[in-house]
Amino acid sequence: MSKVATMQDAVRDLVRDGDTVAIEGFTHLICFAAGHEIIRQRRRDLTLARMTPDVIYDQMIGAGVASKLIFSWMGNPGVGNLHAVRRRIEKADPAPLEIEEYSHFGMVCRYMAGASNLPFFPIRSYYESDIPSVNPKIVPMSSPYDEDDQVFVVPPLNPDVAIVHAQRADAGGDAQIWGLLGCQKEVAFAARRVIVVVEEVVEESVIRRDPNRTVIPGAVVDAVVEEPFACHPSFAQGYYDRDNRFYLEWDRIAKEPETLEAWLDEWVYGLSNHAEYVQKFGDAHWDGLRPEPALSGEVDYGRYA
Amino acid sequence: MSEAGADLGYTKAELMIAASARQLGGVSNCFVGVGLPNIVCNLAQRTVAPDLQLVYESGVFGARPERLPLSIGDPTLATGSTAVTSMFDLFAFYLQAGLIDVAFLGGAQIDRHGNLNTTVIGDYADPKVRLPGSGGACEIAIHARQILVIMRQAQRSFVERLDFRTSPGHSGDPAHDAARGWHGGGPSSVVTDLATYGFDDATGEMTLRTLHPGVRLDDVRDNMGWEPRIASDLDETRPPSEEELGLIREELDPGGVYTK
Repeated sequence: MSKVATMQDAVRDLVRDGDTVAIEGFTHLICFAAGHEIIRQRRRDLTLARMTPDVIYDQMIGAGVASKLIFSWMGNPGVGNLHAVRRRIEKADPAPLEIEEYSHFGMVCRYMAGASNLPFFPIRSYYESDIPSVNPKIVPMSSPYDEDDQVFVVPPLNPDVAIVHAQRADAGGDAQIWGLLGCQKEVAFAARRVIVVVEEVVEESVIRRDPNRTVIPGAVVDAVVEEPFACHPSFAQGYYDRDNRFYLEWDRIAKEPETLEAWLDEWVYGLSNHAEYVQKFGDAHWDGLRPEPALSGEVDYGRYA
Repeated sequence: MSEAGADLGYTKAELMIAASARQLGGVSNCFVGVGLPNIVCNLAQRTVAPDLQLVYESGVFGARPERLPLSIGDPTLATGSTAVTSMFDLFAFYLQAGLIDVAFLGGAQIDRHGNLNTTVIGDYADPKVRLPGSGGACEIAIHARQILVIMRQAQRSFVERLDFRTSPGHSGDPAHDAARGWHGGGPSSVVTDLATYGFDDATGEMTLRTLHPGVRLDDVRDNMGWEPRIASDLDETRPPSEEELGLIREELDPGGVYTK
């Protein structure tokens, strides 16, 4: 059954005011186009979850879609701060932002617990750190088999919606990823509703030729959106490079609310969809981000008829 | 403070990189951070540690970057690497289970026992400056067998008391530290733009080991929030060699992004 939808329809049907939304992707495969559509449809009061809130959440939080952030590291990687997020945390400008923070491993295991239907996940972290003192959901616990062996547990995270980008999927949502995997699989299995966004929708036979590369099965996917360059300025391994210049430029744009607002007007509200965003940058921009090919070797699965 | 570095034919960053890379001799699996640590590890791989496996928290084991990565998730880290793992595998099987020999950390604040703050300046509930937070630093500090710190030194960063302890260092009580039962042995060295430090076995206290060429003891004192313990054999930091400078300038950071 085809689950192919436009980004506009997928966001309209699956993302609701007040939802907990996770747009994951660790540097790689961050679906900016979905964030832009959520801004454009003016969702409000979202709880945004993400290991590494970076420029995408600075844009969304700057645009006022969220009231809470769940995270483990916030920043503009390799550049510095998230100015819009910081304004809200440090000065409640223009409104306060509630935060709930973990470490990376803690966030990964929250998704693991959520995806595995477990009540909590034990990890060896947070010892002698102040993090549990500011987050009561991180709880020390003794091993039932050895009282002296103490771990910390984190609660499951089951977002209402996960939005994950993948290189390709078939129309049913069976999605394949290569390169950095982030938490795409874990968040997709943990979420109640899942939007998979891909560079290319391919025939089912393409997926079946290399099943080890399938990270998310269509069984947990609600909508498949084909949206080339949807990760920009993040990247899709083998398709386009990270646009590091944009990350640098964002530092200047987000520094003042006025320049951020002007950017949103020009690049989000002023466009009706991501295809217009791609067109506005122009072909030369995308040509400059295309990598040389580096093909994987082939493996022989064997035919057992 | 001396600005003589340039006259000596190298920058402060180049000195920090060379001094840190020499500490990786014989190391196998190293958790790399972005920026200076990345150049340090790549330099060590070409000099004192040819078998060094570069591990990135983004899920890459055995990276062979063909260009200087500008983030820990740069696509050049995946292409040609030994393995790309899920982040759960990386943190659980590689880090938590004790496979990582050395990791680099830094922070906005460090105290005399190598505890680090990357979370907040001021009060947590009413922050003066909200910093990025832990990321993987908290568990890296606990599980990597040795922590190397690289950071610039100043009164506001080398503090008597942290505003927030994100990542644990030494406690100040070696008996307590020995009983922790963690893989991590805590920080073993700190390299700054002024000096290098080790940690005293008996007290877990940061100990001044070498002063960079042209730096005076008073420069170090003026740029930290406590009176430093000083090694009895205080020495001068060995400047970067021709070979090290050549590799840094021609191969590792030809654009001078991190080393100018």
